[in-house]
Amino acid sequence: MEVAEDGMHNGPSTTTGNRALMLEEPLLFEIGHAEVTGVDLPEADPDAKTRLGGFERSEPIGLVGLTEPETVRHYTRLSRQNYGIDLGFFPLGSCTMKHNPRLNEKVARLPGFADIHPLAPQSTVQGALQVIHELGEWLCKLTGMPGVAMSPKAGAHGELCGILAIRAAHEARGDAREVVLVPESAHGTNPATAAFAGYRVEDIPATAEGRVDLAKIKERLGKGGEGGSDVAAVMITNPNTCGLFEKDFREIADAVHAAGGYVYCDGANFNAIVGRVRPGDLGVDAMHINLHKTFSTPHGGGGPGSGPVVFSEALAPYAPLPFVKKDGENYYLVEEENREERGPSFGRMTAFHGQMGMFTRALTYMLSHGADGLKQVAEDAVLNANYILRSMEDILHAPFAGSGPCMHEALFGDRDFGGDLSTLDLAKGLIDEGFHPMTVYFPLVVHGAMLVEPTETESKANIDQFIAALRSLVERAKAGDETLKHAPYYAPRRRLDETAAARKPKLAWSEDEA
Amino acid sequence: MRYLPLTDTDRSEMLAKIGAKSIDDLFVDVPAVAQLDGPIRDLPMHASEMAVERHMKARAAKNLAAGDAPFFLGAGAYRHHVPASVDTVIQRGEFLTAYTPYQPEIAQGTLQMLFEFQTQVARLYGCAVANASLYDGSTACWEAVAMATRVTKRNRAVLSGALHPHYAQVVKTMAQFTGDEIADSAPAIAPEADLDGLIARIDEDTACVVVQYPDILGRISDLSKVAEAAHEKGALLVAVNTEPVALGAIRSPGEMGADIVVGEGQSIGVGLQFGGPYLGLFAVRDPKHVRQMPGRLCGETTDAEGRRGFVLTLSTREQHIRREKATSNICTNSGLCALAFNVHMTLLGEKGLRELAAENHRLACLAADRLAQVPGVEVLNSSFFNEFTLMLGGKPAREIVRDLADRGVLGGVSLGRLYPGVEALEHALLVAVTEMTTEEDIETLATELEALVKETV
Repeated sequence: MEVAEDGMHNGPSTTTGNRALMLEEPLLFEIGHAEVTGVDLPEADPDAKTRLGGFERSEPIGLVGLTEPETVRHYTRLSRQNYGIDLGFFPLGSCTMKHNPRLNEKVARLPGFADIHPLAPQSTVQGALQVIHELGEWLCKLTGMPGVAMSPKAGAHGELCGILAIRAAHEARGDAREVVLVPESAHGTNPATAAFAGYRVEDIPATAEGRVDLAKIKERLGKGGEGGSDVAAVMITNPNTCGLFEKDFREIADAVHAAGGYVYCDGANFNAIVGRVRPGDLGVDAMHINLHKTFSTPHGGGGPGSGPVVFSEALAPYAPLPFVKKDGENYYLVEEENREERGPSFGRMTAFHGQMGMFTRALTYMLSHGADGLKQVAEDAVLNANYILRSMEDILHAPFAGSGPCMHEALFGDRDFGGDLSTLDLAKGLIDEGFHPMTVYFPLVVHGAMLVEPTETESKANIDQFIAALRSLVERAKAGDETLKHAPYYAPRRRLDETAAARKPKLAWSEDEA
Repeated sequence: MRYLPLTDTDRSEMLAKIGAKSIDDLFVDVPAVAQLDGPIRDLPMHASEMAVERHMKARAAKNLAAGDAPFFLGAGAYRHHVPASVDTVIQRGEFLTAYTPYQPEIAQGTLQMLFEFQTQVARLYGCAVANASLYDGSTACWEAVAMATRVTKRNRAVLSGALHPHYAQVVKTMAQFTGDEIADSAPAIAPEADLDGLIARIDEDTACVVVQYPDILGRISDLSKVAEAAHEKGALLVAVNTEPVALGAIRSPGEMGADIVVGEGQSIGVGLQFGGPYLGLFAVRDPKHVRQMPGRLCGETTDAEGRRGFVLTLSTREQHIRREKATSNICTNSGLCALAFNVHMTLLGEKGLRELAAENHRLACLAADRLAQVPGVEVLNSSFFNEFTLMLGGKPAREIVRDLADRGVLGGVSLGRLYPGVEALEHALLVAVTEMTTEEDIETLATELEALVKETV
């Protein structure tokens, strides 16, 4: 009997490398063949006349195929090497993984939504335009803001949309500015977005209690030079990435507005306040909403996302094309050919109208919850997060536990571990306990950060089990249990060598691997 | 509230543990000005699964689905048959409800798929490396321009007039803020004049030339000529492809000298979906450009037991590490759409893709010949794959499209809608034919077009 060095695999090794239901799966290119296909099409006639301009492909592409049964098995086996929210708790702070209702999937697949072309005559897609319009209205009402842009394809694309509208508004009044202020705890997309829109990014430090420093912002706004302030916008995440509500938000917004700037709110964490707080009442000028986070469209292993942006009165006219308008019972698109109806729009951000497939899912979710249910969503999400915070703070460093209740997520640090065990070891230990790890090493303002977001779709029993597992891991870490350094033991793979992957990147399969 | 597992007893117990009297205690940091005292007015209350389904079905029923009419629309979004097993696979919860694979040990399914996807895209495009997908073709097109300005340290992009106008608009929208200079023009009707005009505009300040292949009018032209001219001046060639099925029949852009190849992957596995979510494809011919690429990359490595495994890699280019110095602000990609592409492409394989391409082209040739017989209709293209341009007599094409829709035919995309104000294209209709088009559909379009054109000439 072969026993692994760590002593954890105490069964014999297998000939196939499989372990009962945990089946190894080779790469497609190792099992497929150029002449095999899983689709029955008419055999191509090599002598057929073509009108390809003389550019017929002569060389093989290098693709391989599988039959349908082989395909289904290949991907089913791969799927079993993945963790998903359908399998268990996924407490990713700031990333928000909640249950994805299957009704949403069913609705999105109705041919009337799934099988329509973006450039179809508008008389034939009235229901689709209506859905876009309705969803936009929901977003405006939930945020208390008058304008909305539906086309941004993801949260970061929405940030870009908001910042471009700010830039366009400044330029329209002949007041081009150079600087965007971003708190150091912000998502990396915020500074990247501002820089991509041509701005210089300046960090704003956090206070000791984990919030944006109002005094520092006021001080910076005052340093504008002769022509007034050079600050175009402040980008703030609220609730923020330390899990806290930015108490001074209204005051920050007033100061920024007084200096002629705009307030961009990163709405990634809107799920904590939806139905209870309207960002428009706080002085927000633009905010993107990650439909996948707050409104449960599936994350899909890294997208698609969808990032509609709501706008204040001041920025709404600059929203991008295309845009759905309602005229009596009729819906129509404002696009290039009738763009005069849109005012000084900054232009187009994507080929078509945005993530329709996500709009139908999000609207379905909103209708299911209603105004009462969405309020309950925020309340349960906040309740669950605070419950975790209070259940862990005696054993795990919780740097901002004294700063007030947390909102959607609880933040911890690794300060009390001692020894050489790290947040990463704890995260990998959680995998063996059957949980997806929390967000780690973010936000950067906390050493060895662990950001735990339960969301509203976890039961108390699940959360209690998670707390028990996390507590036991923290105790092991504090006791210097070195076995944690080699976790996970029971995942489809042990720790992967990320350094080697980056040093000598291998990004595609090649024949010499065989 | 069928999605909310907490009971009122749970809630009381949890509040007690927290030491809060009521849920309002947890919102004390929200200033009074932003506190709502009850559910938001003007919004409905929660509804049953049945009621919501009924509501949404009523919306869907107001649309004419492509499958319910003779259908000929393309222009960057194509209706292809998606095998049933594609949707079965992407609906598996382990794929559908997974997160971005930041914890590789429990995300090997997604990561191995992305590695396969990258390999498929690189080969299809004739490139060395592809990324793990971007939002869509148009945003990928802008990212390619931005990447070219980083690589060449120049800031002028020359856009072909025959690039999809929406793609060109996305590039121009972004460039007006980054300070990049964009040179473009309306498409010339004669393809040779188009290419020569493009080549004449390349100079020592040009970062890249952007061409579409096949172009927005459906024409297929020689990229190697443009590549040569661009390289001579130290510029890169960016080739845009909006119909990947075409690459089963024609030479790859990489093979013809394109440095960056981007495109829309929607045709393989994704479906029309009224414009999104779609799938941005992005690849580079020269592996040394990899570190300038935007977006996610999946790489091969080994685990602590020496077994092969996959991870997201070279993330030091990315926003979460590099912040304002990142190659792009992109965070999300289109993982699930990449999976749909990967599965569909696996089902097709080399043989299936070539046969699919041949069938598309065969039917398109058939349609072009039939439509050319309609009096007052002329086929503009000498070359095409599955999409070509008709010049119509009489009414502007956008009115003809509207009239065809009234007769239950989704007859194509009027170029007047895509190029408002370009007079030469007012009477141009872009017609796409795929394996989903029947000969009967073609006959219907020809008949209806004949009636409409005759009526107005």
